[in-house]
Amino acid sequence: MNIDWSSVFNLESLLKCFLVGGLICVIGQVLIDKTKLTPAKILVIFVTSGVILGGLGIYKYLVDFAGAGATVPLTGFGYNLAKGTIEEVSKLGLLGAFTGGVKSSAGGIAAAVFFGYLAALISKPKMKKQ
Amino acid sequence: MNPIESKETYKKYVDKKAPPSPILKNCFNAFWVGGLICTLGQIVLNICKERGFDPQTSGTIVSILLIAISAFLTGLNLFNKIGKFAGAGSLVPITGFSNSIVSPAMEYKSEGYVLGVGGKMFTVAGPVLVFGISTAIIVGIIYLIFNTQSITLV
Amino acid sequence: MKKLGKQTIKFDLPPTIVDCASIVGPKEAQGPLHNYFDKTLDDEFWGEKSWEKAESKIIKETVNLAIQKSNIPLSQFDCIFAGDLLNQCISSSFGLRDFNLPFFGVFGACSTFVESLSLGAICIEGFANNVVCTTSSHFCSAEKQFRFPLELGNQRPPTSQWTVTGSGAAVLSKTGNGPFITHITPGKIIDMGIKDGNNMGAAMAPAFTDTLISHFQDTNRNPNYYDVIISGDLGHIGKDIAIDICKAQGYNIKDNYNDCGVLIFDKATQDTHSGGSGCGCCGSVFSGYFFKKLQKKEIKNILLIATGALMNSTSSQQGESIPGIAHAISIEL
Repeated sequence: MNIDWSSVFNLESLLKCFLVGGLICVIGQVLIDKTKLTPAKILVIFVTSGVILGGLGIYKYLVDFAGAGATVPLTGFGYNLAKGTIEEVSKLGLLGAFTGGVKSSAGGIAAAVFFGYLAALISKPKMKKQ
Repeated sequence: MNPIESKETYKKYVDKKAPPSPILKNCFNAFWVGGLICTLGQIVLNICKERGFDPQTSGTIVSILLIAISAFLTGLNLFNKIGKFAGAGSLVPITGFSNSIVSPAMEYKSEGYVLGVGGKMFTVAGPVLVFGISTAIIVGIIYLIFNTQSITLV
Repeated sequence: MKKLGKQTIKFDLPPTIVDCASIVGPKEAQGPLHNYFDKTLDDEFWGEKSWEKAESKIIKETVNLAIQKSNIPLSQFDCIFAGDLLNQCISSSFGLRDFNLPFFGVFGACSTFVESLSLGAICIEGFANNVVCTTSSHFCSAEKQFRFPLELGNQRPPTSQWTVTGSGAAVLSKTGNGPFITHITPGKIIDMGIKDGNNMGAAMAPAFTDTLISHFQDTNRNPNYYDVIISGDLGHIGKDIAIDICKAQGYNIKDNYNDCGVLIFDKATQDTHSGGSGCGCCGSVFSGYFFKKLQKKEIKNILLIATGALMNSTSSQQGESIPGIAHAISIEL
């Protein structure tokens, strides 16, 4: 199959993605520097806001605009959970609330568990030089 | 003025004394590293699209790939250096989620492969799944309540 | 011995510090004091399988070295006082289990070095002829227990301190020609409500000044009496705070005061933010640097005040503030 590289490296889509993705990270950085929140709490804030904004139908606009710039940050993970849940609720009702979220993000969760274990198997922690 | 006159005066005094984080520099680094990680995701996403995958599958491929790269870099003892430089730039993207799973797994390897690696894996990232999934279920239930006319309950 | 004033103890037959030993990790070996330590390590594992085992080995070898340097046979020692930061003080108890000597495990967070010296000195005046007092800490085992996994890509705030990998040990004896431990001023627990675990210096500084000023009042001495006044590990921020508090209470310590956490690392090149911390910081800097200065008679007396933050990860997660403690020991030729 031929790949149209000009549309893969579509500058407009990449630029939008870069800006939005970068700005979402800046919000996280302000939280790190201005509050005493630990990394785990910051991740929780991002994923939860993603779920809520996704559930309210707001985050979808950001995804349409910025693509991976909105889906790669953890808010996108939250958005994906909400989107999957709502889709399954539409199909299955209450049961969908329990199956939809994890189903739509199953790939990411499974990959994290698997590669996490694998990486820990083959490597050892090292002293931070700085 | 005596700084330790009361707990309140001391807290105010300490807050003034503590040097602030170099927030502008940190935000700049977070911005470009975070943006770059997302852009890498976008390139993969575009390739998947060209290959004819649907958006949901493409998104999953991007997540798995970034998670694998981040796990690999963590294993090579490189991710903490990126994280120290970029801060939220590498924490907030899905790479940070992956790093927060791999790093305790590695750290607790000395406590065994089952309870050490397996058990401590989610000490940092566990809450992300707990809060993400639980909020999503609540969102689903609320959605169900507000859309009952169009949906049949199981 | 007798009590002076509110909380100071003066020895009638001051115990001698016969000799000291120190072993530190690679990062400390790159610091300004690298020439003073007895041994520096090339890597933090030192051939062991875990950080905890490495720390045990460090404390064990440091004690071995101190006993060797003192020229006192092992059989003539009466007991060991030791402590560290790990849960239930496992570095000390595991590291020292083969010495076959009565063992007192001591915990005072980073103030442990002076706490064990104080208890050792009291024993000498009581029943003992020779005792060893030691502490250790390890950056990696401390990070693992108190903060985050080493490979987590987080940023350290500018107020945070760097746990020293290292150990210091001192041999105290009833007989000898000094330096002598003449006074000890055990500290009270002081809590000024600081909750930020990344700003230990601020949490401990009020305890330091409380003990320092109590020592001056009890002994009728003033800051000028001492050639050097040394705090354990307040770091750069805590040191500034301590100077301010003393000034507000009418004591000027600026000229002869310094901090082990400030001395052990070079802030500009080593990226250690507010400086060193940990039981091994005060232990190794005193044993490596200041004890040698006393031996060479470059200084004739020193007031060593080790400072500790008495918290653990449970207490911080439950929203508790950080109580500080500081123990002072006066060492004179």
